[in-house]
Amino acid sequence: MLDDFMTRAALAGLAVAAAAGPLGCFVVWRRMAYFGDATAHAAILGVALSLAFSTSVFVGTTAVALAVALAVSALAGRGWAMDTTLGVLAHSALAFGLVAVSFVPGVRVDIGAYLFGDILAVGRGDLAVIGGGAALVVGMLAWRWSALLTATLSEDLAHASGLNPGRERLVLTVALAAVVAVALKVIGALLIAAMLIVPAAAARNFARTPEAMAALAVAAGVVAVLGGLRASLTWDTPAGPSIIAVAACVFAASLPLGALRRRRRRG
Amino acid sequence: MSLIEAEGLGKSFGGRRVLRDVDFAVEPGEIVTIVGPNGSGKSVLLRLLLGILRPDTGKVNRKPGLRVGYVPQKLHIDAGLPMPVRRFLSLPTRRRREEIAPALARVGVPGVAEQQMATLSGGQFQRVLLARALLARPEILVLDEATQGLDQPGEAAFYRLLEQVRAELGCAVLMVSHDLHVVMAASDRVICLNGHICCEGTPQVVAEAPEYRRLFGPGTQGALALYRHDHDHDHDKDHPAPLRREENEDIM
Repeated sequence: MLDDFMTRAALAGLAVAAAAGPLGCFVVWRRMAYFGDATAHAAILGVALSLAFSTSVFVGTTAVALAVALAVSALAGRGWAMDTTLGVLAHSALAFGLVAVSFVPGVRVDIGAYLFGDILAVGRGDLAVIGGGAALVVGMLAWRWSALLTATLSEDLAHASGLNPGRERLVLTVALAAVVAVALKVIGALLIAAMLIVPAAAARNFARTPEAMAALAVAAGVVAVLGGLRASLTWDTPAGPSIIAVAACVFAASLPLGALRRRRRRG
Repeated sequence: MSLIEAEGLGKSFGGRRVLRDVDFAVEPGEIVTIVGPNGSGKSVLLRLLLGILRPDTGKVNRKPGLRVGYVPQKLHIDAGLPMPVRRFLSLPTRRRREEIAPALARVGVPGVAEQQMATLSGGQFQRVLLARALLARPEILVLDEATQGLDQPGEAAFYRLLEQVRAELGCAVLMVSHDLHVVMAASDRVICLNGHICCEGTPQVVAEAPEYRRLFGPGTQGALALYRHDHDHDHDKDHPAPLRREENEDIM
């Protein structure tokens, strides 16, 4: 069954949707959208370094994404305006990555595959890493769920309950780096942040609890992945952008539906 | 043993010294109110005592395993985060339905469990925060300007509720207020803070202290006891006579 490239692509996409759903909710709740962008863009620099040192792309992207995410967290604590810090880091990481890739000798790199994803080329080995990484993220978020939610509501409240908000922030940072590495081949660096935010935003219009929102975000992600792959196959469009386009349509549809639902509840 | 004890606390932000030489302790069952003008370091002191901030000098000792019920000054819940009251009360520790309903009833907002936090009024919101703090069965209840944003009757009602709850639970209460008109008359101790502890004592002693008058002006004399409800305890005679709102406004 795994011999079929479409099956592998679908499974990889579903794994990414499962991890991106709950993590994307935290990105929305904590207003970390730009943070996600910076981390994702840094992945290109990770690709260049992995190629230069002939290591696994997963290892390289995870390492660089984590480094950039930690750098952002550190700088944020030093009185810089967050959007300025992120603006500098997100775009410099992308620029340096693209420049660095052009220096990699010998190999002709199809940078488009990393920028926009190459989900149809997911091999068995890739699938194992993507599935494992996604499972790790989902497990980590499930384990820390209550603490993460409390720290998201208020760091003071978390402190007073004996939690350490700094640790919870670190959990999210690590999860973000892992999702970026896992989603790079599926969605591509430019649109990973969209895969986090758009399904979560669509879910917001229907969810009454944080847990429902996370579950609905996964569902929206699943619809986006399956629909996007289908569209990609039918019209021969690039898979990553097609997935995000479907996610955007789900979000657009959620607006009137959500409003209708709220009105009915009131009336 | 004291619940929280601090010695020689000092804290600076960006070169500005906000607190210096603060010695402080809260004993079990005690009601302590910290008053001070804006920028006097009240909130910083509270955050140091809770361990949210680290002191530059001195140290804070909390009783090991101390159960703290914390009511923050305000809580902003992002519009993107759906949060029904029931779920909020279960953060971070899960609470059963049988615990949640009485907790909400006790603070006077029964039946809001299924409502979204964002749809609550200011007064309901503060009461839910208090309910959450009470669910931890606290040994000490810590309130940071908990009545900010409430109108005068709302504020008085909140303090009345607080006194009731404290009488039932017997926990210590530590609160911070910049609103000098409404300091709970039931306070065992009022601490007047302005970067350091200016004076402390019973509400009456502090209201009459020259340091306090210098900070807040003589106009507020006695106003410290504005919020009082009719006790029939015999320790009543220790408190200054209650001042009515109308009289108070004439003085202002």
